[in-house]
Formats: sequence, structure tokens, C-alpha cells
Amino acid sequence: MSGDSAASAPGRSGDRPGRPVGRGKAASRWRHLFDGDLLQGGVQGSPVVRLVMRWVRRPLLPVIRLWRRNIQLKVVVTTLLMSLGVVLLLGFVVIGQVRNGLLDAKVKASQSQATGGFAVAKQQAEQAVSVTGEEGTAPDGRPSQSVIQWMSDLVASLSSGGQGAFDVVTLPSGGDSGSGRGPRASGGVNPAASVPAELRERIDTSTGAAQSYTRIVYAEKDKQSQPALVIGKQVNDPNGDPYQLYYLFPLTQEEKSLSLVKGTLATAGLFVVVLLGAIAWLVVRQVVTPVRMAAGIAERLSAGRLQERMKVTGEDDIARLGEAFNKMAQNLQLKISQLEDLSRMQRRFVSDVSHELRTPLTTVRMAADVIHEAREDFDPVTARSAELLADQLDRFESLLADLLEISRFDAGAAALEAEPIDLREVVRRVVTGAEPLAERKGTAIKVVGDQQPVVAEADARRVERVLRNLVVNAVEHGEGKDVVVKLAAAGGAVAVAVRDYGVGLKPGEATRVFSRFWRADPARARTTGGTGLGLSIALEDARLHGGWLQAWGEPGGGSQFRLTLPRTADEPLRGSPIPLEPKDSRRNRGLDDAGLPRGGDGEKRATVPVGRPGADDPAQSARDPLGRRPGASAPTADPTALPGNGARVVARSGSTRMTAGTVSGTNGGTDGARPGDADRPAAGGEGGDGAPRDAEKDGEATRGR
Amino acid sequence: MKGRVLVVDDDSALAEMLGIVLRGEGFEPSFVADGDKALAAFRETKPDLVLLDLMLPGRDGIEVCRLIRAESGVPIVMLTAKSDTVDVVVGLESGADDYIVKPFKPKELVARIRARLRRSEEPAPEQLAIGDLVIDVAGHSVKRDGQSIALTPLEFDLLVALARKPWQVFTREVLLEQVWGYRHAADTRLVNVHVQRLRSKVEKDPEKPEIVVTVRGVGYKAGPS
Repeated sequence: MSGDSAASAPGRSGDRPGRPVGRGKAASRWRHLFDGDLLQGGVQGSPVVRLVMRWVRRPLLPVIRLWRRNIQLKVVVTTLLMSLGVVLLLGFVVIGQVRNGLLDAKVKASQSQATGGFAVAKQQAEQAVSVTGEEGTAPDGRPSQSVIQWMSDLVASLSSGGQGAFDVVTLPSGGDSGSGRGPRASGGVNPAASVPAELRERIDTSTGAAQSYTRIVYAEKDKQSQPALVIGKQVNDPNGDPYQLYYLFPLTQEEKSLSLVKGTLATAGLFVVVLLGAIAWLVVRQVVTPVRMAAGIAERLSAGRLQERMKVTGEDDIARLGEAFNKMAQNLQLKISQLEDLSRMQRRFVSDVSHELRTPLTTVRMAADVIHEAREDFDPVTARSAELLADQLDRFESLLADLLEISRFDAGAAALEAEPIDLREVVRRVVTGAEPLAERKGTAIKVVGDQQPVVAEADARRVERVLRNLVVNAVEHGEGKDVVVKLAAAGGAVAVAVRDYGVGLKPGEATRVFSRFWRADPARARTTGGTGLGLSIALEDARLHGGWLQAWGEPGGGSQFRLTLPRTADEPLRGSPIPLEPKDSRRNRGLDDAGLPRGGDGEKRATVPVGRPGADDPAQSARDPLGRRPGASAPTADPTALPGNGARVVARSGSTRMTAGTVSGTNGGTDGARPGDADRPAAGGEGGDGAPRDAEKDGEATRGR
Repeated sequence: MKGRVLVVDDDSALAEMLGIVLRGEGFEPSFVADGDKALAAFRETKPDLVLLDLMLPGRDGIEVCRLIRAESGVPIVMLTAKSDTVDVVVGLESGADDYIVKPFKPKELVARIRARLRRSEEPAPEQLAIGDLVIDVAGHSVKRDGQSIALTPLEFDLLVALARKPWQVFTREVLLEQVWGYRHAADTRLVNVHVQRLRSKVEKDPEKPEIVVTVRGVGYKAGPS
């Protein structure tokens, strides 16, 4: 096998990332999530991390697949998430409103209560001053016993007004912690812990009242702390020293109300979410069930069960879908059966014509042969006539046979009877069969690459017909030079190339050779009288196998025809084990037309990958703007040449050009006549060495059928 | 070599031409143009070989072929204008030994007829075993456990060819040459169809052949004795 085998190319596509999942918008979202942004993040490339990621992702795959495949699940989950969001938002708003409402009332009531209290405290202090006069204060400034007592009385009297509704706390002013007026509190409240320090600072610095939320901490350990509103103010005692007086209003009731509201909202929200999910499930089911039914029926339709129809009930959109679907199926069935009828009629017609023509032809043939046998008894004119009659009957016969064969292909009546065959056997038979002709022409037929078996699933009769055609053509057009038949197998493909060193092919002819009744040179005398259908039939045979039949040639340098078949039927071809352009082409040897060594740059230029056959012209040229840029260095040939039919034309500097045609798969050989394209010169003179070679591989590897 | 040949063909010109050619080659042709009368003519003339056109008025060729095969193993060569897979295979399956596609050359036809008649020359006494079958070549009989199995001459030839060289794998082309007498490889469907027919007669379970074994990718060989 040659080094630049194209069939090694398919292997490259094997190392795609092993993501077994499909495509689509959702898929790409998930892929994004799992491959890049979320899981791999900044540690891309580390094999260990990738291993871990794979390990993490594996159990998730079924879930992801279910998510991707099940629209019902998607809708239900989305509904659940969105309604959950709405319910949460609503809950927060409602709870905020309720809290504000509850607290506003409480705060107002508390403020008025506290204001009253502060006034009472002030009043009592003034009263105490008027009663005790100057006695209250010792000379050293320490609070006298009576102030301490007065303060305890004040706390008791203030708190007595609202047993349970509020508590009263007094604290010394901030800078006065050393004084004997310790904190006091009613109702067993821990005074220091219950008033936040921040509030105390604020009271210290201002003369007005201030408020804050806090938790009442009780001195007794087993009594639970509770939320409260605290309102404080700096008040003077009878000595005129400031102290802090606080009213603590427990918010227990309000909190209870709020938690009740919260609980109610949460329950309601949960119900709403669940119910919405259930509703979404039901609603989606209504839509999805017919869609799934349609999908199932569409699958069965495409599997050939054309009588399948959807059940239609009602007149809604789903019913309209069903009706439209059924109408489509009906029309499809009609068209298909019409086409089938036509095809059957065509086949029937071909068959009938065949029979009707062949029976008389058989009689004529036999009669001609009898006359031909007896021609020695005739006069020269009649004898020659008998010869001509017999010869032309041969030609008529083969023409008829080829025509019928082609019409069988056209009618789609050709059936492949594939079984594993060794192509070496076929080649041996074909070469043996062509020996007499080769001897007459003075040509030696060599077979290369037959050391090991070249087995493929193929129809031996058809393959033999193709190869016989190629070999006989090569011998006929080989001008007495050698013909080389090369076999190779690689990857999922086997190939047989038939190389001759005769007149070769002119630019553009590589595709036209497969056209029906095409003649290389209409003026040239027809020596062997083929029907002109041989290569067309061969192409159809190759196509029937899912294979390729391609031609390459250079004027005066011979040509090579390559048949590539998949190793097993139904396996798509991705490359051929034999390069289409042989290694000993003039260009590869660095020779010019006259067979002289060419100087400089041109010899490494390779054929350029063509687009897939069937790609249309503008698209092709748009894809490779470089090809037309004058003086561009990279491309050495014009890939826009013959894009529509998959032919490849490699133009070279000067007058030498080569052609290579790819006629395979879906495109017919008949659209090959575009002489102008073939003659387009190459853009740019200097070619890189490596890149074009690769390009050729790629071209061969990716060319579709 | 003399041989009586029954030509069943509705095309009188072709029939006459066939007669001319066959007489020229030393055969004794007789003619019938109608499918319905073919069987009666066959019983009457007792030919050594039948040339049968597939398209006939009355009973078609396939039916005639089946009827003749039902009561005789005489070689049948179909004349067909259709080389399409289905027609040929149906013809072969209905019991024809060989077929020749119109238009054919007289020499080709004669070669086929001679190949089919060749076997009537007396073979040397020979006993062969293939699987659990015993073949008496001279007596033209195949027996399993003393029970004789009826085979047409062609099927018998096919079995004998395989049994003579049980160590060898026969390609379809080789079998075509040895059994049918084709010098050039022709339609290997002939071999396939006749192997199927043979198997349906000699195998205990035609789905799992033990006498005529397929060698995948190559051809057939005799099963182990």
C-alpha cells in the first residue's frame, strides 16, 4: 500500500470527543455547562481533573439524556422552577407588608407609652428635687442612698403600669459607669444584655428618644429571650445627673402572628407550585401525546408503512396537525405508489421490449451465423456482406444489452447481490480474459498488490464487468504500453486501479468519460467498437455498491481509473487505499509534457481537495477566495474548477495541466462538460511542500458520495 | 453424439431456425409451440434434452419446467430474453439446469446442449461417500441409510464433483466449469440456486447444511464424512 494512502484519513475522525449525546440547542447548553464553564473551569487540560469530571458526569448522563429527550419533563421542571420563583417573590413581599403593618401599630403605641413614661420620670425627678432639696448629694459627689432608692422606686412605679406589656430598664450614662447607680430592670430582665450597645451610645450623645429592635434577655436562665422594641432616653435624676431610661416592649405577639402568616404562605406556596407542576404536566401531555404519536407514525411511514395515519379527534390545533399530517401521508402514499407504478411500468416495458426485440434478433443472429459459416461458398461480395452482417449483429447485440442494462439502472431495478469476494480472483479472470486483446496490441498487463487477499462484500458479476471494462479500455487506449492493475485494501475500503500509459485524458475529460455515448475524439477511428455505454454502466455498478469510480489522466501521460469499494456493504466510503493520481505521473516525477525534467517549483503540487460533489458553484468559490487571488502563495491550484461535479483539475504553470475526475455517488457524469473551468490556470506559482499533500489526503478522505 | 431435443417455443421463426442449427449439429429436434401441449409432447417424444422458452402462450415456461421436472430428471435448458435476476432465479428454481439468454450464438447454444448431454456417456463404476450419503456413480444413485434420494442428473453431477475431492474448496467458477461445462465464468447464480436445490434434497436440515458446506468468501466444499 502506498504511503500517501487516503484511507488512513478516516482513522483521524475517530478521536472525536467521546460525547455520546446529540445536538440541538438544549444539548449545546448542557454541553457548555458540563464541558466548559461549570465543571472544567480553570483546570482544563489536566488529565486527572478530566478523569474526575468524567467520573462525575457519567451517572448524570442518563438524566441529561432524559432531559434532552423529554419535553414534558422539561416543561414541568421549568414550570416548577418558575412558579417556585414567583411564589417565593410573592411570599417575601407579603411577609414584608404584614410585618410592616404589625410593627407600625406596635411602634406607635410603644412610642406614646414611652413618651409618657419619660415625662413621668422627669416629673418625679423634679418632685424629688423639690422635696429633698440639697440633701440628696454628698460632698464627694457620690449619689446618696436616697437617689438609689428613688431610682428603684421609679423603675417599680413605671413598670407597674403595664405588667407584661413592657419592662423598664435604667442604665447609667455611658461615661458614668463608675457611679453607684447600677443598672436596674423590672420583670427580671437582664438590663445590660437586653439593650444593644449601639443604642446606648446613641442615647449618650443625644438628648432625644431613640429606638431599636433587640431581644430581651432574662436574668433567669430558663426563661427564653424574646424579640422586643426598645425605646430609650437620657433623663436626669433628682441630682441632675443623667441616666438612661429604657422601655422594652416585647414583640412576642407580633412574631407569632408573623410566623403564622409565614406558615400559611409557605403551605399555600407549596400547594401552588405542586399544583402548577401537575397542571403543566397535564397540559403538556395533551400537546405532547399527539406530537409523540405523530413522531411515531412518521417513523413508521418512513419505514415504509405508508398506510399509517394519525387519529384525529376534535377541531383544535392538534386535530389540524393530525389532519395536515394525514393529508401529507396520503399525498406521499399516492405519489410513492404512482412512482412505484411508473417504475414498475418502466421495468415492465424494458422487459417486454427486451423480449420482443431479442426473439427476432436471436433468429437473425442464428441465420447470420449459418450464412457466415457458409460464406466460403459465396461469391466475394456476398461473403463480405455475410461478414459485415455477423460483425454488426455483434455490435447491435452488445449495444442492446448495454442499453437494457442502463435502463435497468435508471428504473432502479438493479439489485446488488453482494457476498464476500476476493478481488484478486476477479482481477485474475479479467486479466486472463483480456490477454488475447493485449497480445494483439502488444501490451503486457501487470498485476500489483496481489500478495494478500483483497476481500470485499461485492457483486462479483458487476465488479468483474467494471474491471473488464477498465482493463479493456486501458489496453485499447494504451498504445501498446504496459497496463498496470493495482490492488489495495486499507481501512474500510478496497480499491483496484487500472493504469495505462497511453494517450491519457485532456483536461475536463476525466469526468466526461463517464457520460453516456461519450467519445474521447469523435474523429478518431473506432477500432474496437465499444458501445459508448461501458463506463456509464461501470459507474452505475460502482454506485450500486456504494463505491466510487474515478478517473485521472494527463494528456500523453496515460490515465488511471480507480474503483473503490467499501469492504462491507452499507458502509460509507471515506477514502481510498490508492491515490487517484499515480505516483509515476509526470507531475509527481517532476517532468513536463515533453518528458523533460522541470525546474523549480511545480513538482510538489498536489491535487486540491474538492468540495463534496453537488456543492454549488458560488458556495465553492466563496469558500476559497484564495484560489483567485493573484500571486497568493499557498494554493497551487484552483479548487473552484468543476466544483459541481466533484472533478478536480490541477492547473500548472505554463501549458501543462492535469485532470482528475471524481464522478461518484449522487452526481451524474453528464454534467461534466465545463471546459472553461478546466482550463483555468493556477493562482500563484510557489507551492508549499507539505500542505498540498495533506490537502490531497483530506480531499480524498472527505469526498462524499 | 445423437440426441433428441424438444424445442418448446412459440416463435415459429426462431423454432425453425433452431431446428436448422440443431439438425446441422446432428441432433433430432422436435417442436411444440404451446405450453399446454408441452408436457404431452414431452411424454410422447421422450427427449434427451428440453429447450424451453420462458414466455409461452398457455402455461408459461416456469410452469412447464416444473411439470417436466416433477416426472423426469431430463436436462432442461431455458431460453430467456430476460437476464434479470428474478426471472433467471425463478426459472432455475423451478428446475431448469441451465439457461441461455437471447440473443445467443448458435455455437454457444450447441455447446450448452452438448455439456448437458455429455453426462449420458457411461461413467466408470465408482463409490463415493459424502457426509452420511453413499453415492454410486455408475448406478446414478444416492443413498442415506439405504434410502435412495432422487436427484436430477445435474444435481447428481454437482454432488459427485464435490464428493470426489472432499478436501478441496470449490469456487463457484470452478463448479461452473466442471459441472456445467462453461469455459468462461458465467453467472454464478446458477451454482447458488442449484446448491440450494441440492441441499433441499440431501440435507437433513437445509438451514444448517452438513453435506454441502459454504466456505464464506470462497465457495463450497463437501461436508466431513
